[in-house]
Amino acid sequence: MTVTETENQGHHVGDKVVLEASDVTMRFGGLTAVDTVSMQVREGEIVGLIGPNGAGKTTFFNCLTGLYIPTEGRVTLNGAQLPPKPLKVVRAGMARTFQNIRLFANMTALENVMVGRYCRTSSMALTSILRGPKFRREEKATRARAQELLEYVGLGRSTEVLARNLPYGDQRRLEIARALATDPQLLLLDEPTAGMNPRETEETMQLIFKIRESGLAVVVIEHDMRFIFTLCDRVLCLVRGSVLVEGTPAEVQSDPRVIEAYIGGDDTDEDEDEEEHA
Amino acid sequence: MSTSTLSERRDDVLHALREKYGPLAPFLAIAGGAVLVVSGLLSWSHIDRVLQNISVRFWPAGIQIYAMVLGVVALVLGVLLLRKTPWLDPGRGLRATGTAAVVFVAMALLAIGVTTDGLINANEGGWVALVGAVLVVAAGYLTAPVDLDVHAWPRLSSTLEIVIIVVALAALLFLTAYTLDMDDSWTFFLLILTILGVVVALLTAGFGEYIGFIGQNNRRPLVLAAFLVAFLFPFTQGGSSANMSIAVQILIFAATALGLNIVVGLAGLLDLGYIAFLGTGAYVGAMLSNSAFATVGWKPPFFVVMLCGMVVASIFGLVIGSPTLRVSGDYLAIVTLGFGEIFRLAMFNLDGNTGPDLTNGPNGIPGIPDLNFFGFDFGETHTLAGVPLGRFSNYYFLLLLLIGVVILVFARLNDSRIGRGWVAIREDERAAEAMGVNVFGLKLLAFAVGASLAGLAGTIKAHQDTSVTPDQYIFLESAFLLAAVVLGGMGTVAGVLVGATILKLLPEKLREVNEYRLMAFGLLLVLMMRFRPEGLVPSKRRQLEFHEEDEHLVDLAQTEHLEEAK
Repeated sequence: MTVTETENQGHHVGDKVVLEASDVTMRFGGLTAVDTVSMQVREGEIVGLIGPNGAGKTTFFNCLTGLYIPTEGRVTLNGAQLPPKPLKVVRAGMARTFQNIRLFANMTALENVMVGRYCRTSSMALTSILRGPKFRREEKATRARAQELLEYVGLGRSTEVLARNLPYGDQRRLEIARALATDPQLLLLDEPTAGMNPRETEETMQLIFKIRESGLAVVVIEHDMRFIFTLCDRVLCLVRGSVLVEGTPAEVQSDPRVIEAYIGGDDTDEDEDEEEHA
Repeated sequence: MSTSTLSERRDDVLHALREKYGPLAPFLAIAGGAVLVVSGLLSWSHIDRVLQNISVRFWPAGIQIYAMVLGVVALVLGVLLLRKTPWLDPGRGLRATGTAAVVFVAMALLAIGVTTDGLINANEGGWVALVGAVLVVAAGYLTAPVDLDVHAWPRLSSTLEIVIIVVALAALLFLTAYTLDMDDSWTFFLLILTILGVVVALLTAGFGEYIGFIGQNNRRPLVLAAFLVAFLFPFTQGGSSANMSIAVQILIFAATALGLNIVVGLAGLLDLGYIAFLGTGAYVGAMLSNSAFATVGWKPPFFVVMLCGMVVASIFGLVIGSPTLRVSGDYLAIVTLGFGEIFRLAMFNLDGNTGPDLTNGPNGIPGIPDLNFFGFDFGETHTLAGVPLGRFSNYYFLLLLLIGVVILVFARLNDSRIGRGWVAIREDERAAEAMGVNVFGLKLLAFAVGASLAGLAGTIKAHQDTSVTPDQYIFLESAFLLAAVVLGGMGTVAGVLVGATILKLLPEKLREVNEYRLMAFGLLLVLMMRFRPEGLVPSKRRQLEFHEEDEHLVDLAQTEHLEEAK
């Protein structure tokens, strides 16, 4: 396994810790899906999360974003502890995409992104009914920002297309645009290239680099090793709910335990990648 | 033999027939249409007292005219079939026209048979019409269905489009006045059948979508013209209050249903106790009125009363909503159903014996005086432009204003940050929450806004009805409101107006079959759920939600979005 790392060199990872998860544990009855996982993400850093199916990656994401309340452990964003409410997590500055795309299918691409702006705007019922100057200003700004984000992810031409009519790769990018619309400092991407062809995967990689350049931290779950090892500054390998190896792509790549976890392991574990079983 | 092979065989037979006789279809349609028109000139019965007077030849009246109308529609569709228009499917329209015509003629013959002493009293007109109707049906089935091409819509100048809208609405006003004037039950029924047939024919042929498209392009003129037509309606009544009292009831019902549509259609919450909020408003209106039976000493001006009604109703909405909106779907329906009953029973019992005397119990609060705005007495007849406008007309104008406010609230909320949030919740609640949409808050808001609008309508209703009693606010009324929303179309204004009109007008006009009212509505709803679950005038998005697989609909919705973006 030799992977070129040219694209990822020369980037300076900041010192400021954006996300700090310490000893996060999630149990479902007798089953420990996530077992004392700790993770630090610094400003401008791309962290990869790998592991065989059922290792607890998506469950860990759900613990971070407030969809699950972790049994133990704490999650802080910029030093402040995150409340276990998805709404408040988004307001605090963490946004995510979903493994199985969860767009608002019957809304247009633009409307999808505009929904993402919801938590950063404040017009309530009365302003909306009276259509005062504040409402119009805010609505205009929302529209403009959504348009800008669609162009940013390369969907500038598809603004009025219904989300359901977009090609698969574009739907994944639209999810990223929608997440970016919440003005996050940290972006969690759950398998952003699943089902993509090599060209789309390459485009997505460039997009993530671009997002990082703008100062955001990114955490990525992926099964595509080439993608992960090219993209990330640091990689965590999760096996059966706990961190097996953590290090630079080169370290993780050459670690015999990682290879064994993927090839030799008898992972007859639970299948927790389903999101619905909260 | 399984049903699928049966229907396959039917399709095969149809296909073979179409191959062979397809080219004949336009001529069959034209011939059938012509026969129907001619039948209108013939005598339908030699007895001149049935179904108004349909015995005279070459002097069409009543159902003879309706038969001619159906004939003209078939003629036009037949000609269009010859001319092959890519955005129209006259075949489907012919099928609808033909079916409607067959049912129409059959019902007309039945009516003649029932009201006289048998079919012997039917003259040649009906039988000729039957032949014409069958010809039209045959033409419809001989035409293969066409995939409508919505991109081929003709683009008219905007002036012409506005003219079309105005003419259509003027026709609507004329038709409404004419329909309401009909006092013969059978003729009324046949008239409704004709209107339905023509409307369905135009819709299935593809005109409906085109007209919707024109309406979308000229929304402002459309709304203005619609209000103008509604405003002119009392002037067509020549001072008679019979229809005006129905119209007033329809408006109150429609305003309430529109409020419910915010909850059901926009936020996607099922509320089965909505009538309680109307009741809240009505009781507030009654208690603060000048009635001798009012239980509260405070008599503020009516504007304050309206405000109180809104506030109290929305507080009730919040109280019932905040604990229950955390549950969803069926649970919410059950809780709201319970709330509706609690409201009614509470009003029933707050009579001084079993609680504080607020509502006079089952006697309610009678004797509520008419409204009086700065000396304008709603109880008196005023003459405007030579037309006397009585008590009901006065309330009609006030309620029209109310409807305007409700529509404004509905439309503006729908097209805002809040409206987008509601759509997102309906589409995928968990994803919406994960994207920062305040799901609970928005649901609560829908509940409160809906409740306050119903409360507002209630305060006016109290004065219009002159008395408020608990038995006006039973569960059945909630069910009817919901039926109006579902029937008309969740999430649209026009749909609810249509639904409310149908549900309130038909029972008034078809008094003979009043005992079967509930059965008929049940049947109507079952049929709707089977054939058009999205309602008569659905919003495009709702329609997509119901028909995930329909490519034509997706295409249509897409076109509209692109059009709007221009």
